[in-house]
This record gives sequence, C-alpha cells and structure tokens, in this order.
Amino acid sequence: MTDHDQPVYDLSGHTPLIEQAPLARQAAFSADHCLKCNICTAACPVAAVTPLFPGPKTVGPQAQRLREPGQPSPDHAVDYCSSCGICTLVCPHGVKVMEINTQAKARIVERDGLSLRNWFLSRNELWGRLGTPFAPLLNFGVRSRLLRLLAEKLFKVSARGPLPGWAGYTFRGWWQREQKQHPRPAQHDDSQRVVFFHGCSTNTYEPFIGKLAVAVLEHIGLHVEIPPQTCCGLPAQSNGDFDAARCYARHNIEALADYARRGIPIVGTSASCMTAIKGDYRHVLGLDDDDAQLVAVHTYDFMEFLWKLHQEGRLPTGFQPIEREYPYHAPCQLKAHGFGRPVLDVLSLIPGLKAWEIDADCCGIAGTYGYKAEKRAIAELVGWPLAEQVHAAGAGTVICDTETCRWQITALTGANTIHPVELVAAAYGLTITDKAYTPPVGE
Amino acid sequence: MTPTAVDVLVVGGGATGAAAAYDLARRGVRVLLVEQSDLSTGTSGRYHGLLHSGGRYAVGDPGTAAECITENRILRHIAPFAIEDTGGLFVATPDDPADHPARWVDACRAAGIDIDALTPAQARAQEPALTPHITAAYRVPDAACDSFDLVHGFVEAMRALCAHSTLCGDLLAYHRVIRLVTNDNSVVGAEVENVRTGDRQVIHAACVLNAAGPWAGMVAGLSGITVKVKLDRGTMVAMNTRWVNTIINRLRPADDGDIIVPVGTVAVLGTTSVTTNRPGDHHVENWEVSKILGEADAVIPGIRQGRALRAWAGVRPLYEPPDIDHGDTSGHGVQRRFAVIDHRVRDQLGGLVTVVGGKLTTCRLMAEEAVNVVCDQLGVDTPCTTAAEPLPLPAFRQQYHRLDHRLRKLEHGQLPGQLICECELVTRPQIEAAIAGYGDHPVALDDLRRDLRLGMGPCQSGFCSVRAAGILHEVKEHSNLKVTRALKDFVDERFRGVKPLLWGHQLRQLYLDELIYRRTLGLDRLIAPTPEERLDS
Ligand SMILES: Cc1cc2nc3c(=O)[nH]c(=O)nc-3n(C[C@H](O)[C@H](O)[C@H](O)COP(=O)(O)OP(=O)(O)OC[C@H]3O[C@@H](n4cnc5c(N)ncnc54)[C@H](O)[C@@H]3O)c2cc1C
Ligand code: SF4
Ligand code: SF4
Ligand code: SF4
Repeated sequence: MTDHDQPVYDLSGHTPLIEQAPLARQAAFSADHCLKCNICTAACPVAAVTPLFPGPKTVGPQAQRLREPGQPSPDHAVDYCSSCGICTLVCPHGVKVMEINTQAKARIVERDGLSLRNWFLSRNELWGRLGTPFAPLLNFGVRSRLLRLLAEKLFKVSARGPLPGWAGYTFRGWWQREQKQHPRPAQHDDSQRVVFFHGCSTNTYEPFIGKLAVAVLEHIGLHVEIPPQTCCGLPAQSNGDFDAARCYARHNIEALADYARRGIPIVGTSASCMTAIKGDYRHVLGLDDDDAQLVAVHTYDFMEFLWKLHQEGRLPTGFQPIEREYPYHAPCQLKAHGFGRPVLDVLSLIPGLKAWEIDADCCGIAGTYGYKAEKRAIAELVGWPLAEQVHAAGAGTVICDTETCRWQITALTGANTIHPVELVAAAYGLTITDKAYTPPVGE
Repeated sequence: MTPTAVDVLVVGGGATGAAAAYDLARRGVRVLLVEQSDLSTGTSGRYHGLLHSGGRYAVGDPGTAAECITENRILRHIAPFAIEDTGGLFVATPDDPADHPARWVDACRAAGIDIDALTPAQARAQEPALTPHITAAYRVPDAACDSFDLVHGFVEAMRALCAHSTLCGDLLAYHRVIRLVTNDNSVVGAEVENVRTGDRQVIHAACVLNAAGPWAGMVAGLSGITVKVKLDRGTMVAMNTRWVNTIINRLRPADDGDIIVPVGTVAVLGTTSVTTNRPGDHHVENWEVSKILGEADAVIPGIRQGRALRAWAGVRPLYEPPDIDHGDTSGHGVQRRFAVIDHRVRDQLGGLVTVVGGKLTTCRLMAEEAVNVVCDQLGVDTPCTTAAEPLPLPAFRQQYHRLDHRLRKLEHGQLPGQLICECELVTRPQIEAAIAGYGDHPVALDDLRRDLRLGMGPCQSGFCSVRAAGILHEVKEHSNLKVTRALKDFVDERFRGVKPLLWGHQLRQLYLDELIYRRTLGLDRLIAPTPEERLDS
C-alpha cells in the first residue's frame, strides 16, 4: 500500500467542511432558486425510463426543503439518481440539482452505512493497482460469464456491466521507465510545462491513452509533468462515501496546488475526473478553499486544452488527412463542464475527418451506476437512444472521451470505441509502442 | 344543533378563547365558543410561532417574563404535540449595546429562566449559519409552537369532556357576535350572525367572556362600555428554508426584527411594531420587509439573499390601563402583561368579563384567571386544573413542525396517492379526506391550505391550486363556474402574500405563476364574483 491509501486528513470529529462554508455558497442553498418549472424533470434520463425515480425536481430542490440539516436523509428514492448532472446543466435558474442529490446520497450512507458492493465499486483505484500483477487471471475472471453471474448473485455487481481488463502494467510505471530510457531536457519556463492527470483507468486499464496524450503534448512542444496523484474520488463521491472522496480530493489538491499557483495547466483525458477536480470538489464535497479553487481554475479537459492552444495560435495544425466519419458521444460529465464541444472543434481541424454528435444525453453507465445489478436495466434503457443512433448510422467506431462511457457504448452497440486523442495522435502521425493498442486508422 | 342557552358564551376562537372554553368545560360549566371565522385565524394564526422562555421580556417586563417561563413549562407538559423543542439562543453582535447582556443575565436569573452561557464558537457549532461576529451567546428554553395545533387541541379536549357528560361544550365557527343582550345592568346573552348566510339568533348565557383579542374593545363596546386596546401591527417574513434549527433572538433591548423562528419547512423572521387603528389591519409595508431582512442578515449573513416566500402581518392586542399613557409610539415598550377586567366591578355591568393582552405563550394562564372571575360571577367554586393534565392528542392536527416528517412518510409509502402539492407534499387522499371533514359545509381552497399546508411552499400554489380545484370539483360536484371562482379567490390571496416580496426569486416565481394563471388559463377574464357568491364558494 502506498501513502495515499491512508486518509490524508482525518475528518472525523470535525464539522465537515461543507457545513463550514457560508450557507449561501453551498449547493443545498441553490434549492432556493427552484421555480418548479420541471425542465430538469423533463431532461432527466433516469426519470424517463423508470417509475422508481420521481425525478430531479422531486428528490432535489423539493426534498431538500424537508431534509433536516445535518441529519440523515429521510428519503431513499434519491439513490436512483445516477449523478449524471444533466439536471444541473439544464436548470435555467442555477439550481445545483445533481450536487444536492449527491449530498443527499451521502446522508443516506451516513444513515445506512456503505454497502460492501458500493465500497468495492468506490475503490477502483485500489483494485486497479492491486490487480495489475494478476492481470491475466483477473481478465479471465472478468470475461467468465459464470464468475460474473456468481458475482452478481453474491455482490450485486451486474453480470452485464462492462468491466475493463487490466493492462498488466501501470502507466506511471511506464512513465518512470520511459524517462530513464529517454530523459527529457529540463524545462525552466513554466509557460512551456503542462501537468498530466491520468486518472485510474489510464493508469491501470488503458495506459495507451496516457502514452498517446504524452506523445501529443510533447509533439506540441510542451514539457510534461506527471506528479504523484490518486483517484479523483468521483466513484466514492457518487456512491455517497464522502469521507473517502474527500481524502482522495485533498490528496490531489495538495499534489496539484503548487503547479496551479505557478500557472501550469493541468490536463486530463478522462472528462469525468476533470469534472470532479473542476467542480465537484467544491460544489459537492464542499472543499471550498483557496487551493481547491486555484486547482479548479487551472484544470482542463484534454480536448478543451488543445482547443485553447489553437485559439492562442499554439497548436501545430500540420494534420494528416483522415478520410473517415465517426459518431461522437459527449459524456454527460463532459457536458457538465459547460464549455461546448471542444472535441468536435479540434477534430474539425483534421482534413477529411467528419465527426457528428449523437443526439443522446447519457449513455446510461454514469460511472459506477450501471454496474449495480438493480440499476443495470435502467442504465441500458437510458443508453438505448444512443445505441439506436449508432445502429442506424451503421457506425463501427464511436468517439467518446470517458472510459466507462466507452465501455458501455461498446457493450450496448458492439461498436469499437476510441478516445479523441487517438485521432489527434494519428493525424499528427504519432505512434506509440504498445502491443495492446491498434491505432484507429492503420497504415 | 346550536343551543339557545348556555352558562358561558366565549367570544373568540383564538388561543385565549379556546383555552378558556376548555378550562370552563373542565370545571363543569356549559360553554359555547363563538368564532367569527375559523379557529386560529385572528392574531393566534398570524403570530411568530415562539413559545417564549421569557428571555425577551426579562429586562423590560419582568412580570411577563416570569409568566412566560412558567407557562412555557406547562404547555410543554400539556400540549407536547404542538411544540417542537428547538431550544433558543440569544446572541449579541458588535452593534448591540455592550452593557445589555450583563443586565439581561441578571434579569433572567431573577425571573427564574434557565440560561446557559455559550462561547461564540459553541453557538456557531450549534448553528453554523450564525455570524462569526458574535460577542455573547446564551441558550434559553424557547421552543416553536404551532398555534393551529394548540388551539385545536384545546377545542377537541373541550368537546371530548362534554361527550362524556350531559354538559355541552361546543364551537360555533363562522358566527359573529353582533350584539350583547343586556337586562338590568347585566349581560344575559348575545346575538350572533352566521357570516355565510346572514341568519341571526340570540343565545342566552349567564356570562359572556370576551376573548376577542384585537377586537376585544369592539366586543366590549357592544354593551356601551370602553376597553382601551392598543392595536400594534407586526410583520413577519417566511423564508423558503429553515436556515437554523434553533430559535435565534437578538440579545439587545427589544426592537424590530429581533427573532428568527424555524417552523416546519420555513424560517419566520420578524417582527415590527406599528400602531394601527384596525384589528384586521394586515397590510405590510416595504420598509418593514427590508428592515426585517436587514436585521436578520446581521445575525445570519446571507439570509437576505435567500428566498423569501411570503410576508404577512398580525395585530397584537396590547392592553393599556386607562391611567397609563406611555407616549411611546412603538409597541415594543408596552408591557405584555394581560388584564382580566371584571366589568361587574369596573363598570357595574354584570355577566361580562374581558381578557386582553398577554402572549400566546400565556394563553392558558390568561384563561385560568379570566375563568376564575367568570366562575366567581356564576358562583362556581371548582378550581382550575388545566395545568396538571396533558391534553388528549387531537385527531385533527398537522404535525408539520417535524421537518422531515412528511418526506419520511411519503418515501415509506405512508402517503399513497397522487402528489398534488409537490412543495409541501400534500396528496390527493389527504385533500379528499379534508374536504369530507367539512361535511355539508362549504369548503374554500384556503381552508385546505390551513388544514394541509396546500400551496404554502416556494411556488405559493402556482402548481397545486389548479389540481386541488379539480379535486374540489369532483368531490363536491360544484359547477365549473363556482370552482373556477374558488380557484381565483385562492390564487388572488396567495398573490397578495407575495406582493411585498417582489424581487429576485419570488418575482420570477410570480411571473411564472402569472403566466400559468392569467395568460394560459385566463383566470382574469372570469367575471368577478359577487360578495354573496364569494362567501358561498
Ligand atoms: C406579529 C406578532 C407576533 C407575535 N409573536 C408571538 C410569539 O412569538 N409568541 C407569543 O407567545 N405571542 C406572540 N404574539 C402574541 C400572540 O399572538 C397573541 O397574544 C395571541 O395570539 C392572542 O390570542 P387571542 O386569542 O387573545 O386573540 P386572537 O387570536 O386574535 O383571537 C381572537 C378571536 O376573536 C375572534 N373575534 C373577534 N371579534 C369577534 C366577534 N365579534 N364575534 C366572534 N368572534 C370574534 C377573532 O376572529 C379571533 O379569531 C404575537 C403577536 C403578533 C401580532
Ligand atoms: S431545479 Fe431548475 S429546472 Fe428543475 S424545476 Fe427547479 S427551476 Fe426548474
Ligand atoms: S443527476 Fe442525472 S439522473 Fe440524477 S436527477 Fe439529475 S438528470 Fe436525473
Ligand atoms: S474517474 Fe477516476 S476513478 Fe475515475 S477515476 Fe477519475 S481518477 Fe479515479
């Protein structure tokens, strides 16, 4: 075990920071703005497919008025909220509905405790690292229908939930070896440096995405730093385990604050991790201090960052043409950034490449939600409109920024899924050495 | 069936009259409680919601302070169903007179009020919304009290007593006393008018107890005598959420906007003190709202930016003995002690007793002392026993003061059926049951509001009133026109409460409600109901 498995801050016995922030700045307070217009209810992908969930307005701003501050939540329907964040995005009055719901889920955990299953799902960072040496064995287990059915029976982890496979090595380990073998020249100009936040998935399941990201950033001419970091904490947060989520968050804020202070951008290829750092640390977990704000301001989604460089005239545009057409799914976590569709913007710079956005809010998986046996059917129904459009277009490959969404889309449609960085790297003519990786556009 | 003769006719179905009627029934006296509107619709239904510890009066009015703490303990014992034990805090800010807390502490000790000194940090740990700039903080045994539940508790207890005996004790709602019948320097009954039908009838009584609150002067005047009641209007503002779970009092000499009371889903901020000459003066002035929000903001920073739901006013009936003239235009300085006037002694008019002044907190004591005088006139010598025995749990009670109560019930399947008022969680079966409870009597949507909190949430009936009107239509089989008018009355009344708060959130909400009711449903194009029709609907 490494140091960041230990709680960084012991929060027991203290009023959670969320309750120390001035009331008017807390997400719960935004319930005051609700006009009952039902726009969020109409947009919620979960409420649309199941009667078990009465919808964002009901479990959010409405129920919030009836929850005793500091007391466990008296309700349970809010557990069916997937925390996809669409409600917060569409609310015209600034109600932080998803944030309110997520906090209510944490209150339920305070009341009922965290189930073993949810504890398990919240610790993907740990499983990723612990499982790496046993990759072949575990990958067999993940693919075994029988073992998955057994896991569903015993732990209520859906047998149909698209679990990833272990790479067998970590991205961080690769980076250390890589730097030894090919030392990078020192870079003293902070404006030429960038921090890469890889997240757990890239570290242990899909290291090739990190390698591509590093290749692209270095091709642009930036010096890449990969400081120690841990899980963004989003899985723990959406399972209501705020203590764990706050520990992860604190650890990352500490690791990144110094870079942020020096104005060095922090970029990541997992849109959901970046959402957590940009917004959730403050609005959901209530870690609303100067460092958290500073880190949030300097954090960018990978494609958002590339587009920003382009607007500043710093992005090399010598792209090779890619004569292909792909549907693109913008994960709800990415929509929550509220920055438009930088993926489509950047890909439009590649000659010949056509990417079009699928008209669907959510793929259904919403982090760990779609892995829960009782919610798997909901997750599949939510993802159905997306799957239909992929089928109708006859697309064999779909672009998407977030790992769990990609796995879900593959599970729903059978289509291959790629991260946009794969196309950017290909268009720059960059290659990486990775036997598990096949570039989307071959020779 | 309305009796034509009783021992005592009590005028006024507020806290004082209801407590008196209950007290009389316990002493075996035949009593009829007459109320011109519904129970608890006078000052008792428009008050701040605070079961005083007495702390507020300790310095300026020690007698009332001592009464409050005694009655506070008694009401907790006899009517726990109406009380949420929030506890109270007195907090001083740097703007408040620095020498006041010391005087206040001594006065509280003298009045027998248990106070606990807290450090500012302790106070903020208990109530994180409080300003960090607290200079002194004390804990007091304040509580939140639902007057509706309390008044219903008294009335149901009175009825229960009479069900087991040949005595009668009943309530005559929607009847106004319009004349006191006198005979040889004695009041021998009253003429009452059904405010809905205009029918009049005389009820004979050996004694009339005038507990008409702000109207007490008018009722006494019906027999040609003068009772000087100083009418003092106070405004309150309800916020969308509770903000605090403890009652917060400002530790300074009593002034406007000193108190924040968490009640059910809301926090009630108040209040002001403005002399008026009408007992039904419920208007709210803009300066009062901004003053109240400003003062609250000094104690809870940011509350001013919160959503204010509704503002309303009530009129305090303060009694001024004829020989005292304060020359004080604000009512904060006037003593809150109540008075029981034996008109046989003061005006040589038998058969009439007036009780006026005081607080809701002291309603039981006021009733006891008034009933003592009444019994003296009647020659009844049974002592008062209302302080000893808890009231039976009223069947008809709201139980809204436990914040999470309804949400818990709804989520555990104990509130089945369609959700009609989404803000306050009122379901269709609840509305149907409430309508059925009125039997053949007419039902206004506003009655359902008082019974169920229908339309009291953030949208102020924007979404539920039209649904509730539909249910009323189905159950009562009223004509379309009649129900539509009932809807318009309700919506108009709700809009009235929002008008003093038309900025920010509530302005947006009202505009949305306006679009629904006036633009989409075209409520305004309906012919305004005639006064008779209005009473009927
Ligand atoms: C703004 C404000 C805040 C207050 N806050 C508090 C507080 O926090 N704590 C506290 O303890 N006290 C408080 N008080 C004081 C308290 O509300 C009153 O003292 C108490 O409610 C008075 O009750 P009552 O029964 O005497 O009068 P009311 O409740 O006014 O009852 C009198 C009744 O008589 C009826 N009536 C009048 N004329 C006739 C007639 N001719 N025929 C038939 N019926 C008639 C009226 O309809 C009315 O219902 C507050 C008062 C105000 C105005
Ligand atoms: S939360 Fe926003 S979108 Fe939802 S009902 Fe309220 S105001 Fe409308
Ligand atoms: S976060 Fe997503 S699932 Fe949850 S209420 Fe909002 S829209 Fe619905
Ligand atoms: S989303 Fe991740 S789990 Fe996910 S991960 Fe981000 S860093 Fe850890």
